Amino acid sequence: MTMQLTPPAIAVAPPRRLSAGDIAARTTPRNSLAETLSQTMAMAWRATKKMRRNPEQFFDVTIQPLLFTAMFAYLLGGGMSGSVEAYLPLVIPGILAQTALTACMATGVQLREDMEKGVFDRFKSLPMARIAPLAGPMIADLLRYAIASALTFAAGFAMGYRPEGGVLGVLAAIVLTVIAGWSLAWAFTWVGTLARSAQSVQGISMMIMFPLTFMSNALVPVDTLPGWLAAFVKVNPVSYIVTATRDLANLGQITAHVGWALLACAAVILIFAPLSVLGYRRHL
Amino acid sequence: MTHIPAVHAEGLVKSFGDFRAVDGVDLHVAQGEIFGVLGPNGAGKTTMLKMLATLLSIDMGRAEIFGVDVRRDPHRTRQLLGVTGQYASVDENLTANENLWLFGRLQGVPSKKARDTAADLLGRFGLEEAANKPISQFSGGMRRRLDLAASLITRPPLIFLDEPTTGLDPRTRGQMWDTIRDLVADGCTVLLTTQYLDEADQLADRIAVIDRGYKVAEGTPDELKASVGNSTLQLRLADAADLIMAADVVRRLLGEEPVISGSGRMNVALDAADRAAEVLIGLREAGIGITSVSVDAPTLDEVFLVLTGHDTAEPELEVAR
Repeated sequence: MTMQLTPPAIAVAPPRRLSAGDIAARTTPRNSLAETLSQTMAMAWRATKKMRRNPEQFFDVTIQPLLFTAMFAYLLGGGMSGSVEAYLPLVIPGILAQTALTACMATGVQLREDMEKGVFDRFKSLPMARIAPLAGPMIADLLRYAIASALTFAAGFAMGYRPEGGVLGVLAAIVLTVIAGWSLAWAFTWVGTLARSAQSVQGISMMIMFPLTFMSNALVPVDTLPGWLAAFVKVNPVSYIVTATRDLANLGQITAHVGWALLACAAVILIFAPLSVLGYRRHL
Repeated sequence: MTHIPAVHAEGLVKSFGDFRAVDGVDLHVAQGEIFGVLGPNGAGKTTMLKMLATLLSIDMGRAEIFGVDVRRDPHRTRQLLGVTGQYASVDENLTANENLWLFGRLQGVPSKKARDTAADLLGRFGLEEAANKPISQFSGGMRRRLDLAASLITRPPLIFLDEPTTGLDPRTRGQMWDTIRDLVADGCTVLLTTQYLDEADQLADRIAVIDRGYKVAEGTPDELKASVGNSTLQLRLADAADLIMAADVVRRLLGEEPVISGSGRMNVALDAADRAAEVLIGLREAGIGITSVSVDAPTLDEVFLVLTGHDTAEPELEVAR
C-alpha cells in the first residue's frame, strides 16, 4: 500500500484549529426575532421565485375568480334576486371569500409537496427558526390573494357591479379578503404538516373547504335557508368574512361584522400557527 | 488543551417500529480527522448521521458535537454542522447562485456578503459557468458539488458527508476526494459514510464498520485490511466437485481457511500477493483444473465476510466459512 495514513492521536494540528470549547462558545442559544423575520423573508423570496417559474400556480387565483363570478351570477342571479345586476352585490363578496379559501388550500398542498423534496432536509439541518419555512411561502401568497380579489371585483365591474362603498370600500374589502385568506391558510398549512402526502392534503382540505364555503351566506341570503342550516351558516366564520366584505364594499362602512371577522382571523392564526410549527417539528 | 472531541456518541439507538436501524453505536471523532463510517446499504449509516444532525430524534443514548448535547440543544448543534446528504439537497426551482444566496441568508449572512460567498464557492467548485442555470440542467456530479458548497457557506467546523460519491463517475469521484481533503486541510472535521472500502481507505484516518445497526469493527484502514489479508486470490474451478480437495490444498499450504461459494468459486485471503503462486502450483500438482484466476485487493464484501460472517448484499445468505 502506497498510502500512509496518520493515526488520529498524533495527527498534525491543522491550521486555524480552535478548541472545541471555543467552537461551541461561538454558537447562539436561539434565533432572535430579527433573525426569524429575515429567515422568513428569505423563504418568501424563494416562494416568489418558485411562483414565477411555475406560472400554473396562478391558475386557481386567475381563472377561478373570473369563471365563478360569471357562472354563479348568470346561473343564480335571476332566481335569487330577480336580475343579475341585483344579485352582484350579494354574490361578489361571497365569491371573494370562496376564492381566497381555495387559494389558501393550495398553500397547504404546496407545502406538503415541498416538504417531500431533498431541499427540506437542508432547511431542517440549518439553525433557522422552525416557523420560517411555513410563514415564508404564506407571505408570498399574499400576492395570490390580492390577484384573486382584484380579479373578482374586475369581473363584477365588467358585469355591471357598482359597489356603493366606492374605491375605498372596495380596497378595504380586498384587504380584508387578503387578511382572511392569510389567516385561514394557517389551518391548511397545519393540515399540510400532518398529512402523509400532497394528495391527502388536497382531499382533507376539500372536505373542509366545501362545507365552509357553500354552507355559508356566500351565495344565498340566510333567511331563505331551513332553520338547522341557518344555524350552522350563522356560526360559520366564512359567513362573518362574507358579511364584513359586503359591508365594506356595498356600504363603505366599518361595521361590527368587520370587527368580528378580524377577530375570527386572529383566533384562527393563534390556534393554527403554533399547531403548524408543532406539526413541522414532528417531521424531524 | 481540551480533549473534547468533534463527535462523541454513546449507545445511539433508533427504532422504526420493531426494526432497530441503529442499535447501540458508540462513535468518537477527534477534531481535524476524517472519520469514515463504512457499511452496506441499510446498515444504518444514514440514520446515524441524521440523528447526529438533529434530522431524526435520538431514541436512546447520547450524542455531543463539540461538547454540545445534540438532543438538548439542537439549535446550537445545527450551527456547528454542515450536512451534505445522499441525494443533493438543493432547490430545484432555483439556480446555483440563488441556492447559495438563499442558504447564506437563512444563516444570517448579509445579502451582499451572501452574494460574494456564493460567487466564491461556485468558483472553488468549478461551477461558475453554471451559476445561473437551473439545477434541473445539472449533472449528478455538479449537483453533488453544489450541495457540498451549500454546506460550507458559514464554514462550519464539522461536515457530515452521506455517501458523497455514490453514483459519480471515477473522474468526478477523484475531484470530490480532493475537495474533501482540502476541507480537512482548512481545519474542518469530516464524518463521512460510504459503501466503498477504497473510498474509506483513500480518505479516512479511522473507519467504523457498521452492519445491521451495530458497529462490528473500528480502526485505521490498514488495521481493517490486515484483518482480511492484503489481497485475495479468487479462483474458479473447472469441476465444482473438486472444491473440498482444493480447500485442503489451500489449508495445507497457507494455513488459511478459504471462503467457498457456489458453482466452484473459492476466495483465499493472502497476506502477500505472491503467495498466490504457491496455491496455483499446489492445485496443479493435485490435478485440480482451474477456469479463471485473479488476485485483487480485498473488497468491502471480503471485509464483511471476515468481520460479520455474511455477505453485504443478502443478509439471509449466510456463507459457509
